[in-house]
Amino acid sequence: MSITTNRSTNQSELTISIKGRFDFSSHQEFRDAYENPEGPYEHYKIDMAETTYLDSSALGMLLLLRDYAGGDSANIQILNCNNDVRKILTISNFEQLFVIQ
Amino acid sequence: MVVTESPYKPEDTSTGSLKILIADDNHSDRLILQAIVKRQGHHVVTAVDGVDAVDKFSRENPDIILLDALMPRMDGFEAAKEIKQLSGEDLVPIIFLTSLSDAESLAKCLEAGGDDFLSKPYNPIILQAKINAFNRMRVMHRTLQMQRDQIADHNEHLVREQEVAKKVFDNVAHVGCLGARNIRHLLSPLSVFNGDVLLACQKPSGGMHVLLGDFTGHGLPAAIGAMPMAEIFYGMTTKGYALPDILREINIKLKTILPIGFFCCATMVDIEFGDKSIEIWSGGLPSGFLLQGGKLVKVASRHLPLGIRGSDSFDASTDRYEMHDGDRFYVWSDGIIEAANAENEFYGEERLQALVEQYIDSNELFYRIQQDVLAFAGDSGPGDDLTMAEITMMPEDQLGIHESEHSSASGWGPGKWEMSYRLTDESLARFDPIPLLLQIVMEVPGMRSFNGEIFTIISELYSNALDHGVLRLDSSLKNSSEGFARYYQLREQRCSQLKDASVLVNLTHNGTHQGGILTIRVEDSGQGFDWRKVRATQPCTNQYSGRGVALLKSLCRRVEYFEPGNIVEVEYEWRL
Repeated sequence: MSITTNRSTNQSELTISIKGRFDFSSHQEFRDAYENPEGPYEHYKIDMAETTYLDSSALGMLLLLRDYAGGDSANIQILNCNNDVRKILTISNFEQLFVIQ
Repeated sequence: MVVTESPYKPEDTSTGSLKILIADDNHSDRLILQAIVKRQGHHVVTAVDGVDAVDKFSRENPDIILLDALMPRMDGFEAAKEIKQLSGEDLVPIIFLTSLSDAESLAKCLEAGGDDFLSKPYNPIILQAKINAFNRMRVMHRTLQMQRDQIADHNEHLVREQEVAKKVFDNVAHVGCLGARNIRHLLSPLSVFNGDVLLACQKPSGGMHVLLGDFTGHGLPAAIGAMPMAEIFYGMTTKGYALPDILREINIKLKTILPIGFFCCATMVDIEFGDKSIEIWSGGLPSGFLLQGGKLVKVASRHLPLGIRGSDSFDASTDRYEMHDGDRFYVWSDGIIEAANAENEFYGEERLQALVEQYIDSNELFYRIQQDVLAFAGDSGPGDDLTMAEITMMPEDQLGIHESEHSSASGWGPGKWEMSYRLTDESLARFDPIPLLLQIVMEVPGMRSFNGEIFTIISELYSNALDHGVLRLDSSLKNSSEGFARYYQLREQRCSQLKDASVLVNLTHNGTHQGGILTIRVEDSGQGFDWRKVRATQPCTNQYSGRGVALLKSLCRRVEYFEPGNIVEVEYEWRL
């Protein structure tokens, strides 16, 4: 599991890429990824192209990010999910809270 | 941060004075060694042979032993074995003293349980270094043991605490009817601490609410959320609240008490044994399987889990399905789907579906699923906990449970009173006034035991007034499957178009000693109906509609309609 971040040049967008299993063990790392002095940003992108699995505590972490980024006014996209990840997000109906592509 | 002192203080590992047992049958060798060791600041105990050494070890409890290999009565090898056995899991380093120098003899020293050897003549520097090294090892060993015991103690403490908490939780949560004949369930004994909750409760009107919940996380956070959830579920169900109201209440409670990122995936069902239907709300759990006349219908989660949305945006809408006797609904936590085998492959919904389709008519399906998942997980065991429930439709009188007895109200409540309550337009469509009205009636001392009958009467009268009076729905529609769906579709549609509509409920209670008469008058804004016709026809046994009036007549001593048929008044007499 590893998390990398990438800031857009105009500093308004943060992309967080998650590799491997996204579960409770990534809690601190994920938090460090979005809680930084320059934030909150206007847009967040969570790139799950290389995410193999998420569990319910990962869903909880996404909710924490959403709260940090402004709650109902947060602008968060979840990108490139594989089928398994997509299924978990769908069962929980997270498309009501996040833009999932 | 405050650093608290650990209960165990590690000893000084290099300079402290140790108690050292020296066993050697040669008097002069013994004296020489004793002198060296004493000079290094240690306390010395001596023994003259193996038997003496074992004896001194038991009495003096030395820290380190220097043991001659060859001695009369009992040699050092034998003595080492006995001492090692006596010391149990404590580490008492034994250093063999030997003039032997061949590899075989030296190896024998270690095989007998010795930790090292020292060749004669003794080199004081090497001796001291060895004593120090073994003392470090001894101290480290003691520290490890101490910490291991502490962890074991903590763990035992935690398990005991959980057992107590579990008892408390059971007293709150398991007053329900999980034991009814139409429910089979699987739930680990300490499931509340892995976040799984299964609740079931009869409604005062008949029928049942069942809720399966899976909290994020394990341990305390999960258990804490389960408590208010169970209380709200049982409290509101017993009072006659409808499923959406209960869900809204649980949702906002969890939203308030749980930290962000914690929530509860749940499925809640309302099963009606009377009109043979099930209403399902599902948020975040894997699809439930409805087995309807030998066919599998998957009921997917349509909602966010409980505890995420605020009350303004919480969606409590449900799906309603018909169920005949013998039809079943399966609901499970993700533990079934995500049970993993040794290759870390999930059991998965496809496998589950194939199994269910294979045994769809079998009464053993529940156990088949349980066995198949456990067999799949094999030795590795299922990762999450397996929680599932099977809910079967059957005639209500076969459930094998007796209506829960309410402790009769004591003290002084109102005996003689009257009230009117009028609901209009959108409020008619959105709000269910029956629990509220029921609660007012229940304030009458002694009335609680009649909760079920009064609920039936009020809800029968109210739903007739709303469905048939205000919404002009024809209940004979419900006799066919298509009509059943049509009925609820029409109901929803007309509810959204209400204008100048109202239902007025008037309650009068006239208390006597140990009893009383409750008069209920309901007037709706509809055009009325020909009640003489309903009165004349006997309801057929195989249809639901038309039974309402007969039911009312069996419960009330007077049922009277007034022209033009939009007003009905009943009298209910009760006596303790």
